[in-house]
Amino acid sequence: MTIAPDDAAPTNDDVVVEADGLARVFPGPPPVTALRPCSFTIRRGEYVAITGASGSGKTTLLSLLGLLDIPSAGRYLLDGVDVAGLSDRRRSAVRARRIGFVFQAFHLIGYRTVLDNVELGLLYQGIPKRQRRTRALAVVEQVGLGHRRHALCSRLSGGEKQRVAIARTLVREPSLVLCDEPTGNLDSGTTAQVLSLIDELHRAGLTIVVITHDPAIAAHAQRNLVISDGVLIEPGRVDATT
Amino acid sequence: MPRHDRDSPSRLRIRDTISEAAAAVAQRPIRTLLTALGTILGVGAFVTTTGLAETARAQVSSRFDALKATEVRIQDAAPDGTNSFPDDVDLRLEALNGVYHAGLYFTIPDTGAIQPRNTATRPVGTVSRPIAVIAATPGAVEASLPVLSTGRLYDQFHETRGEHVALIGRAAASQLGIARVDNQPSVFLADTAYSVIGIIDDVARNPDLLLAIVIPVTTAETDFPADSVERQVIIDTTPGAAQLIGHQAPIALRPQQPERLQALVPPDPQTLRNQVESDVQSLFYALSGLALLIGAVAITNATLLNIIERRPEIGLRRALGATRGHITRQITLEAALTGTLAGILGATIGLIAVITVSVARQWTPTIEPALLLAAPAIGIATGTLAGLIPALKASRTPPAETLRT
Repeated sequence: MTIAPDDAAPTNDDVVVEADGLARVFPGPPPVTALRPCSFTIRRGEYVAITGASGSGKTTLLSLLGLLDIPSAGRYLLDGVDVAGLSDRRRSAVRARRIGFVFQAFHLIGYRTVLDNVELGLLYQGIPKRQRRTRALAVVEQVGLGHRRHALCSRLSGGEKQRVAIARTLVREPSLVLCDEPTGNLDSGTTAQVLSLIDELHRAGLTIVVITHDPAIAAHAQRNLVISDGVLIEPGRVDATT
Repeated sequence: MPRHDRDSPSRLRIRDTISEAAAAVAQRPIRTLLTALGTILGVGAFVTTTGLAETARAQVSSRFDALKATEVRIQDAAPDGTNSFPDDVDLRLEALNGVYHAGLYFTIPDTGAIQPRNTATRPVGTVSRPIAVIAATPGAVEASLPVLSTGRLYDQFHETRGEHVALIGRAAASQLGIARVDNQPSVFLADTAYSVIGIIDDVARNPDLLLAIVIPVTTAETDFPADSVERQVIIDTTPGAAQLIGHQAPIALRPQQPERLQALVPPDPQTLRNQVESDVQSLFYALSGLALLIGAVAITNATLLNIIERRPEIGLRRALGATRGHITRQITLEAALTGTLAGILGATIGLIAVITVSVARQWTPTIEPALLLAAPAIGIATGTLAGLIPALKASRTPPAETLRT
């Protein structure tokens, strides 16, 4: 199944993600097909939501897009580079420089400060410490946590934690931001703040993919893809080339 | 960001690896301490056992050198009721190189006729316990290393002239009611008076002197029939000379028939010391090795548990671009730092333990400085080796899997 964005025939520079027959089967016994072959593109600066029930294959797709997992079949072009068959070392390099993550569980290092956690986003890019700190400070101020920059992450509220995670992504200036249920552990008030921050990231020109089971969150996105039993569809936008 | 920058490999600077590892170790002190506990105990046990082995070895040496290894006794190999020793035992033996003092001594058999007593205080027959009478040449008395509470020892003048002088041991003096010699007290042995010229307060050898009246051999042989008495020679040698003197003394005393005399020498101190050292050190090294092995297993186990707990962090680092090598490097370095810390703490604890035991036993603590310097190195090696397996295991886990936990 092939899914294209609204405007036909985007140029290579406009496309961030180009998946062609991307599939994931976990070897058995018995083998489990988590994601059936799917093809889609995501254009630069797009805000895409992928919705689906629990166990439908959302996280598997996010892992493949984030190069945290290796597809069983298909081709995956990120910024025009085929990354599906890269070595582990090269995949790490792509993750370090092109992909940002926002997780449901925040994944902060609790015994380190807010600034340390944000700096961590730049650690594997080989940027010197002083530059990392300067950039991290700016981004921490941007997400409204300047007054908490020296606080240990273990002592932050859920909303603050997610803002740190977003700052850690923002500081990397990634081509693609992957958000896995970013408000899953937050109350409704904090959810609104975090969604507003993600909207800001989008307005700043970043390409956002949000995985969620909540239609209200998906409503923030420009495009909605639905995944069900490992099959990816975009309601009302099925390409004739399928 | 320029295209070439975005395509370059992910990179973790050495300085950043160190600071990340140091932060993980320093910012969770309790966890670090628990992880290091096995190695602290291992290195501590290693330093303690090795230090105590050194201390005990020095102690064993000093004890051997002090007394046991400097005493030789000569006795008749086949007693036949005759005197096997010449009259000038002291002169013959003290002429040997390595002999401080030497002399003949024997206990005079008392058939009830001697009845040692101080007539000034007690009448005949009132002494509560029998007091032995020992005949000893001046050399034999001095070879016993006596300490006098008052008076003096008799000498070769008294010996050769058969003077009626006596030394009395502390216990015998108390029993006889003699506490001083400046009033020229006498004791009676049978019907003969002996002038007491000294009171022996303590001896290093022949403790029976403390319970006895000691008179010159010539005097004893004149006053009491003592031909059939079993005689013995005691020699006080310089340290290390006992073996040689044990060989030379029978020849010096009885050159025509040295086999008639039997020398009782202490075990060769060097051989014995080496044997004891070897035994003690083998045992202690085995215990130390075992302690270190337990420490290594403990740090491996603690690091493995730590890695399981930190799987989300490892997954995050991988998601942020860390290669397997970066993860291995960081975790191994963390383990090495933990090991170094454990080595230093363990060495300190071991040193305190050695000093405490030594002070309690009144030993001189002896420890090789190199051992203390080696302890952190042992900690590093243990930590690195023990951390390597968990580090490799952590780095090989797919990031998607670690992030799900």
